[in-house]
Amino acid sequence: MKLSHKQVKHIAWLARLGLDESEVDKFSYQLSNILKNFEVLQQLDTSGVLPTTQSASLSNVFREDKASESLSKTDVLLNAPRQKEDCFEVQAILE
Amino acid sequence: MNRIGNKLYQLTIHDAHELLKHRDISSVELTKSVLQHIANVEQKTRACITITKDAALRKAEEADNLIRTGNINPLTGIPVLIKDVICTKGIRTTCASKILQNFVPPYDATVVEKLKAQKAVVLGKTNMDEFAMGSSTENSAFFPTHNPWDLSCVPGGSSGGSTAAIAADEATYALGSDTGGSIRQPAGFCGVTGLKPTYGRVSRYGLIAFASSLDQIGPITKDVTDSAIILNTIAGYDTKDSTSVPYPVPDYTSYLTSKLKGLRLGIPQEYFVEGMNQEVKTVLETAINTLEQLGAEIHWGVSLPHTKHALAAYYILAPAEASANLSRYDGVKYGFSEQNADNVIDMTRKTRQFGFGPEVKRRIMLGTYALSAGYYDAYYLKAQKVRTLIKQEFDEAFQQYDALITPTSPTTAFKLGEKTDDPIQMYLSDVCTLPINIAGVPAISIPAGFVNNLPVGMQIISKHFNEETIFHIAYAYEQATDWHQIKATL
Repeated sequence: MKLSHKQVKHIAWLARLGLDESEVDKFSYQLSNILKNFEVLQQLDTSGVLPTTQSASLSNVFREDKASESLSKTDVLLNAPRQKEDCFEVQAILE
Repeated sequence: MNRIGNKLYQLTIHDAHELLKHRDISSVELTKSVLQHIANVEQKTRACITITKDAALRKAEEADNLIRTGNINPLTGIPVLIKDVICTKGIRTTCASKILQNFVPPYDATVVEKLKAQKAVVLGKTNMDEFAMGSSTENSAFFPTHNPWDLSCVPGGSSGGSTAAIAADEATYALGSDTGGSIRQPAGFCGVTGLKPTYGRVSRYGLIAFASSLDQIGPITKDVTDSAIILNTIAGYDTKDSTSVPYPVPDYTSYLTSKLKGLRLGIPQEYFVEGMNQEVKTVLETAINTLEQLGAEIHWGVSLPHTKHALAAYYILAPAEASANLSRYDGVKYGFSEQNADNVIDMTRKTRQFGFGPEVKRRIMLGTYALSAGYYDAYYLKAQKVRTLIKQEFDEAFQQYDALITPTSPTTAFKLGEKTDDPIQMYLSDVCTLPINIAGVPAISIPAGFVNNLPVGMQIISKHFNEETIFHIAYAYEQATDWHQIKATL
């Protein structure tokens, strides 16, 4: 499995990850190499095997639908790069 | 010197506790001794990202006031370092990443709350691979950490700051996190004791997420007794972590006995891999003979055939989960944000481009690919099925054996820079530890000897929620040997 530059750029777009051309080149090579090492899995017959998502054998966990104390607005906004009127601020999304 | 015979900064938790309880020493004396020692050796090890000296001394005073009233818990007044992936209220928590360089958490992780409830003295935060992704601590965005046994070698990773700090006596104990070996592999490289508890045993609330189905917090200590003391404190159900499990927490220190009669120990042959260092193998064989002399029944040649698929499965599952978890770093809510951008999406892309280091980007890319349309079944779903097979294999082994014994790593610590250009070689250094996270079972690494003056770790694995047996075996071995008492000279 060889990853083309176009594929690398598509994955980076899905991940909202900016890459410069030298990174695209490097990842095309490195990721192809890593995926080649994963081929060992394709040789393994897993028909009839159920997937495992977590190891703790827990089923759904619920709690009472009751509000409890949470962080203050000041605390929540403490690390915000930009804020305005008690909100996180970003550039305009609608033109 | 004190009546235990060590310098204060060298003490274990249990020795320091006895001295504090009998008022032979104060927490302020102990904390000052450790802080002075950090000042002496830190420029060599570079184990710490943040030291909170003044706050630590204030906490030590508070602890002393409490002890004067006759109130003391096992961790009261004892200095601890915390891996910089665990949130500490009001103390910068960076994950060794540029993207969180100035992040100050507004809350404590549950484990930190538990330590503070006993008036532990937090000294600061330790270095690590960025977002806990790595096996050498070279992926820190700030600086690499050096192995106290040989400063030209890596300490292992990702909790390399915590393990180097304990090997160099820069704290009485430390906390780390382990997703594929990140406590045990560096504990082995640095000659200290590192436990990854069963998945669900310790709350992950406030642990900055890497791969949520694999991550677990655990203790890094100078001996097995200390490891049991810390697990006593940090284990247990937490309403803030729905994957923590509501089983009672036993007193783990009550299992520290020195005879192993009646225990059945399996030696899985796949962990003595081809290409493994022959001297490491010899060290392990000697250690296993010691376990036999202590009364354990040794079964060589146990087979866990799916071990060879664990590395590939892990490097699909962990990056897949990471790519989802790290989508929260969007430049809006906290952390670094690149404001020189055309629009919101461009801002997020540039924030992540300039904020994340190469290994984090590599795993986000790998995980996003494994989850993307057309490849999900072939990679992610396939890896989840392999996970089932690996877990079943461990379950079956533990019907026959009380524990499995393996090396923690196939080699001793490697040189700084030796593997940084070859991701696959770096990933292979976790080959003995990551199957354990896939299965979710507990495992410890304890010192088992040396090869060319570098420590070798022995890994003891048992079934889910059976840390008792691990502590029992580890303690018996430790009492019969003195590897854990041999100190690196700095």
